[in-house]
Amino acid sequence: MKAKTTDLSGTSTGYKVFAVVVLILLALFFLFPLYWIVTGSFKDAIEINAKYPIWFPQNPTTDNYARLFEHEAFRWLFNIVFISAMAMILTCLTASFAGYALGKKRFYGRGILFTIIICAMALPKQVIVIPLLQEMTFFHLNNNLWAVILPTVGWPFGVFLMKQFSETIPNEILEAARVDGAGELRTFFSVVFPMIKPGIGALAIFTFVNTWNDYFLQLVMLTDEEIWTLPLAIANLQGEMSSDFGLIMAGAALAAIPIVVVFIAFQKYFTQGIAMGAVKG
Amino acid sequence: MAQNAVATAGKKPKKEKRSQFSGMSKALVRRETISAYLFLLPSLVFFVGFVVVPMFICVFYSFMEYGLGGIKGFAGLDNYIKLFQDPIFHKGFLNTVLIVVIAVPCVTAFSLWVSSAIYKMHAFTRSFFRCVFYLPVVTGSVAITVVWKWILHPYNGILNQLTGTAGFDWLGNQSTAIWFIILILFTTSIGQPIVLYVAALGNVDQSLVEAAQVDGATKLQVFWKIKWPQIMPTTLYVLVITTINSFQCFALIQLLTKGGPMNATMTIMYQVYDTAYRLNDLGYANAIGVILAIIIAIFSAIQFKVVKTD
Repeated sequence: MKAKTTDLSGTSTGYKVFAVVVLILLALFFLFPLYWIVTGSFKDAIEINAKYPIWFPQNPTTDNYARLFEHEAFRWLFNIVFISAMAMILTCLTASFAGYALGKKRFYGRGILFTIIICAMALPKQVIVIPLLQEMTFFHLNNNLWAVILPTVGWPFGVFLMKQFSETIPNEILEAARVDGAGELRTFFSVVFPMIKPGIGALAIFTFVNTWNDYFLQLVMLTDEEIWTLPLAIANLQGEMSSDFGLIMAGAALAAIPIVVVFIAFQKYFTQGIAMGAVKG
Repeated sequence: MAQNAVATAGKKPKKEKRSQFSGMSKALVRRETISAYLFLLPSLVFFVGFVVVPMFICVFYSFMEYGLGGIKGFAGLDNYIKLFQDPIFHKGFLNTVLIVVIAVPCVTAFSLWVSSAIYKMHAFTRSFFRCVFYLPVVTGSVAITVVWKWILHPYNGILNQLTGTAGFDWLGNQSTAIWFIILILFTTSIGQPIVLYVAALGNVDQSLVEAAQVDGATKLQVFWKIKWPQIMPTTLYVLVITTINSFQCFALIQLLTKGGPMNATMTIMYQVYDTAYRLNDLGYANAIGVILAIIIAIFSAIQFKVVKTD
């Protein structure tokens, strides 16, 4: 998207100043929680429990992080990275196949299948979590990281998004590949795949961030301490030691910073992906 | 550019529905159907296995008497009848409706205002603001919730320190708790709508806007008569996703109030979890889940109707 400069003569200067001031104040308000997490994680116990506001740590300390790593924080970090990465890879793979079929193939059951997928997207995941947990127990996957990964891959948003992207492929190109004698798989990998790459990029980031932050599924599926994820561990630690905010902020910072960095680095794809998923609604 | 392409592609299936197979031989249709399902297979395995099947089991359980020791027998409509007599469900229902009715219009109006203020800005400034408002979403519900718990802490929290109300427990008070839940939900909900609106406003047909300006239309007139109808699909989508998000707000309640004090922040969503995993009444929990799904479907349908006929 390129910057547009439009004549704003219809808008009064007063309103423009007002809008900018309000936007800046709001931006500060929205940045504050993250700022408070990061600065809080470097405060010592005295500053954490101070009875007056301390805007910036006076005696920065890494003690909170040291205490965090006395727990199995590395393990928890690995677990959440593993879950998010696996869910991302599997979702991109299955969704790009399925999205291509829905977007470009004409076949029996296409309409009804698409309707079911749209309806399922509105269904709250939480409704089905009880049978899901039993299903995982049945497959001996309870208390296993795959119990979070598999249902995430089943979520149909990715298929929907990839269908939107696949529809932009011109039919002539597919036709040409067929005339040249390329098989279905060959067509997919050498013609379709390069064209939907930006879509796959968007879906990858989207799935990664959403899986990382899907607290509910992690809470229900992962009960043993060694398979907790970092967000789940913070939530549980907060329940056990509700006043040790230094430790909890260190955990929150460790859980939030990687994902914020990923988001800022890939912001372009991310926002594009969100906008894409919306077009049909 | 890519977005325009999708916008037109999005309209295609409707027209094609009648003539999906036109110009195709029977053999070709069969070949296409087989290859399409082969492409769909990996995805369908996951979708059917971990979404569709659990959904049917959920409905099945809701008709069962199902406690700690397993299924005790067929309950008929008992779980559903219990629901209508359960004061906690009544409270949860009212709170859920309150959250949705307050949060959804606020999020929609507010994100539209922010988007229209930033979408004409320089690309860098625009990305900056969009990024800032999206930040609470990526920071994650748990991290955001625990920092708010600290901010709102009766003695160590910065809110009480700034307002000089040391000792006041915002989350432990029956009349304030729900409003803080809504406020925090609001901060974690506007990121996505802003991204959507900025994209939609950027795609508004500029020639129509200019034509209206030449005719002497005011800024407000241009907005309501030209831009508003064109961003309507986005508004509909924003309404639906924000509604679903508001229904699903869980981490906030589980980590901040556990539905308390005195069920003041109980929601249907949280009651499903609470009934299943604290009270171990799985049959009843599934019945609440089914009703929750139906309520969301009704809300989405109403929004489609209202916005489409507007």
